[in-house]
Amino acid sequence: MWSRYRSLADEGVLGLNRRNGDYILKFNPRRLFPLVDDKLKTKRLALKAGIAVPELYGVIETQRDIRRLPEIVSNHEDFALKPAHGSAGDGIIVISGRSAHRYRTISGTLLAEEDIAHHLSNAINGQFSLGGVQDVVIVEAMVRFSNLFERVSYQGVPDVRVIVFRGIPVMAMVRLPTRTSSGKANLHQGAVGAGIDLASGVTLDGVVGSDIVTHHPDTSHAIAGLKIPEWETILDISARCYEITGLGYIGVDIVLDRDRGPLVLELNARPGLAIQIANRQGLLRRLQICEQRGDFNADTATRLDFAKREFKHPVGPMLDPKRIAA
Amino acid sequence: MNNRHIYLLAAALTVISVTLFLYKSRVLGFPLAPQEQRQVWNVEAAVTFEPGPAAVKATLRIPSLTPGFAILDENFVSRGFGLSTRFAPDGREAQWAVRQANGPQTLYYRALIYQDPKRIVEDTTPPFPAPPELDEPSKIALDGLIGDVRRQSADVASFTVELLRRINQGENDPYVSLFLEKRATPAERAELATIFLAGAQIPARVAHGIALRDQAGTVRPDVLLEVHDGVEWLYFDPVTLQQGLPSDFFIWWRGDEGIADLEGASQLDVTLAIRPSLFDAMLIAERRAEQADSHSADFSLFTLPIATQSVYAVLLMIPVGALVIVLLRNFVGVKTFGTFMPVLVALAFRETRLIWGFALFAVIVSLGLLIRFYLEKLRLLLVPRLTVVLTVVVLLMAGISVISQKLDLQPGLSIALFPMVIISMTIERMSIVWEERGASEAIQEGIGSLLVAALAYLVMGILWLEHLVFVFPELLLLVVVATLLVGRYTGYRLLELRRFRAFAKTADP
Repeated sequence: MWSRYRSLADEGVLGLNRRNGDYILKFNPRRLFPLVDDKLKTKRLALKAGIAVPELYGVIETQRDIRRLPEIVSNHEDFALKPAHGSAGDGIIVISGRSAHRYRTISGTLLAEEDIAHHLSNAINGQFSLGGVQDVVIVEAMVRFSNLFERVSYQGVPDVRVIVFRGIPVMAMVRLPTRTSSGKANLHQGAVGAGIDLASGVTLDGVVGSDIVTHHPDTSHAIAGLKIPEWETILDISARCYEITGLGYIGVDIVLDRDRGPLVLELNARPGLAIQIANRQGLLRRLQICEQRGDFNADTATRLDFAKREFKHPVGPMLDPKRIAA
Repeated sequence: MNNRHIYLLAAALTVISVTLFLYKSRVLGFPLAPQEQRQVWNVEAAVTFEPGPAAVKATLRIPSLTPGFAILDENFVSRGFGLSTRFAPDGREAQWAVRQANGPQTLYYRALIYQDPKRIVEDTTPPFPAPPELDEPSKIALDGLIGDVRRQSADVASFTVELLRRINQGENDPYVSLFLEKRATPAERAELATIFLAGAQIPARVAHGIALRDQAGTVRPDVLLEVHDGVEWLYFDPVTLQQGLPSDFFIWWRGDEGIADLEGASQLDVTLAIRPSLFDAMLIAERRAEQADSHSADFSLFTLPIATQSVYAVLLMIPVGALVIVLLRNFVGVKTFGTFMPVLVALAFRETRLIWGFALFAVIVSLGLLIRFYLEKLRLLLVPRLTVVLTVVVLLMAGISVISQKLDLQPGLSIALFPMVIISMTIERMSIVWEERGASEAIQEGIGSLLVAALAYLVMGILWLEHLVFVFPELLLLVVVATLLVGRYTGYRLLELRRFRAFAKTADP
C-alpha cells in the first residue's frame, strides 16, 4: 500500500485532500463561488466578455413562470432546461423535438407537459441545487454538436473539460456520453473520458471509471487520435475564463457547436480529478511546473504558449500499452 | 494561513489540554476509569449513658486534624438533643444537651473517611510547652531523668524513644517510678511522656485513634505519642517504641482526656465501630478539589443536575464520533449521505443497539424510499413532499414500536431517538441519487453511511472514553488538535490509491 502511495506521489497525482487544501482553498476565494455555481451568472459574465455561450431563451424563476415555458420555446424546436445551481449535470433535460403536446428528450423519451412542469417545479424548489436552496431554471439553445464526435458518443452532447490554473490551461479531456451514462457527459455516470494533448488538441485513449478503453463502448469507434476542431479557440476561451471570474483553479466545460463553434457551457470551481486518469498524467506535477516557471501575469497568448510548450510532451512516462491491455 | 500557524495552535491546545488533564487526574485525583471505586470507611462512635434527673450534657471529641485521612462526610444522630460543634484547644468537640431525658440514651457520630496522603503535613508548628508544675521532689526527679535521657540521645526522636523505653521499664527506673503507678495503660504512659517532654521544652501530645482494618466491627482506640521536632510531627507508639504513623491509623482525638465527657448522667459507654466500603472515586475527587480551593471542580460538569449531566455525557461524545467521520472521509475517502448524518444515526444506535439499529434503519429507509417513489408520481412540490416523507417515517416508527410491543421485542421500543428528520432527508437524498446515478450508487452510499455510523457508534460506545471526556472535557481540545492536523493533510486518501491505480507502476496487474 505504501509503495502504491509512493508511486502516486512520484507520478504527481493530485488527491482530493490536496486539491481542496492547497488549490481550491488557496486560489478560489469563497466570495467568487457564486459566479460559477450559478450558471446564469456565468452565462452573463461570459457574454459580457465576448465569450460565446449557448443562446439564452429565457429563465424560469417562479412556479408561475412554469406556464410560460411553451411561450419561451415557441420559436425553438429544440432546447435545454438547466437548473442554474445544478451540479454534475443533475436536473438537465434536453428536448430535441416535439409531437403534439409532448416533448421528446434527446434519449427518445416522450414527456408530457405536466411531466416537464413537475420537473421544473422540483428544480425551482432546489431539488438539484447544493443544500436545496431555491433555484431558477435556464432555458437555452440545444447544442448541435459537430459531426466529428458523432462516431464516439451515444446520444447527448460530448464536451471538453479544460483545467485552468491561474490562467494557464494545464490539462484537458473530452467527455463522451455512453449508454450507461444515459447520454450525459458525466464521468461518474459512466461517460468515457479521453485525455487531450494540450499542444495539438489530439485525443488520447479513453477511460471508463478507472479502466482504460481504446474504443467507445457503444459505437465501437476508436477514441484516440481525434483532432479537436478549433483547439486554439478552446484554449483561448478557457484561459480567459480565469480573467472573467478571478478563480484560480477552475474546470471550464466547453461544447463544440456545429454552427457556432466552441461555447462555454459552465465553469466549475471544484473540478474533479478523473481528468488525470483520462490523461494518464498527474495534475499535481503540472500545477507545480506552473508554480515554478509559469508567469501568471503574462497576456493570454504567452500563457497559452507556455502551456503548449510545457505540456506538449507527456511530463511523466506514459503507461505501457501492454499494461493497458491487461 | 500557513502550516506553522496550525502546528503552533495545535501545540498550544495540546499543552492546555494535557496540563489541565494532568492537574485534575494527578493532583485532584479525578478518576481515569469509569466507576472507579475508592476504599472508604464508615466510622461510628456510639455514646450511651443513663441520664440523671436534671439536664444532661454530653461532649464527644470528634476528628479534626487527621493526617493521612480526609473526612468526606459526617453526621450526628441525636434525637431530642440540641447539638453544637466547636473547636476546643485539642480539637473539635460535639456537644449534645437536653433538659430532660428518660431511659438509656444513645447518641451517634458517623463519618465517612478515605485515605488522603496529602493531608500528613497540614498541622502547624506548636509553641513551646510551659514547664509542668510539679512539687519539689518530682521536679528534681524530672530534671534528673531529662538529664539522663538527654545524655543517651542525639535528637528529638532518639530522646523520645529513650524516654518511652524508660517509662515502659517504669518499675525499675528510680525516676520514673515516682510518677508512674504500676500497670499504667499505654495512654497513661504517653501522657506521662508529654509531661517529661514538656520539661525538656519539646512540644508533645497524646493522639488517640483507631486502626482502620478491612473488617467491619467494633474497635478499641489506640494511643500514639506525637512529638514535634521543630520541623514536623513525629509519631511514636508508646508501647512498641516504633516510630512513624501507621498508614491505617486514624487519629480521632488528642489530649489527656477520654473521648467523651458527661454532665448530669452516668454509665458512660463509648463504642467505636468501623465498616469499610467502596465509594465513587469521583465524589472523593470533587471533595478534595473543594478542600484544595480549586475551581476546577466548581466548573466541572458534575455540578449540573443529574438529568443535564446524562445529556452532556452523550453530547460530549459527538465530537469524538465526528472525528471518526473526519478520519473516514479524509483518510479513507468513504462517501456518506450528509456530513454528520452517520453521527446522529450512531447516537440512535446507542438506544437500539447495533443489530437492531441496522435492521430498523434498513426497514425505515427502504419503506421510506418506496413511499418516496410513489410520491414522485403525485408530483408534489419539494417541501410538502419532504413533509409527507417525514410524517410517514414517524408513523413507521410508531408502527414498529407498537408491533414490537405486541411481539414482546424490547428493542423496537427504543426507537424514539432515531433522528427522523435526518432519516427523511437521507431518504430524499438517496432517492435523488437513485434516480440520477442509479440504484447501485445509492445503495452503496447508503451502506457506506451505515457502516460509518456503526463505526462511530462503536467508538462512541467505549465507556472508558465517555467517562474520560465527561470528567476531563478539556480532552476534547485534543480532538480539535487532531482535526486541525487532519484538516491540513494533503496526502492521498486510501480509496484514491485504488482509484488512481492506473498510475501505480509497482502495483500488481
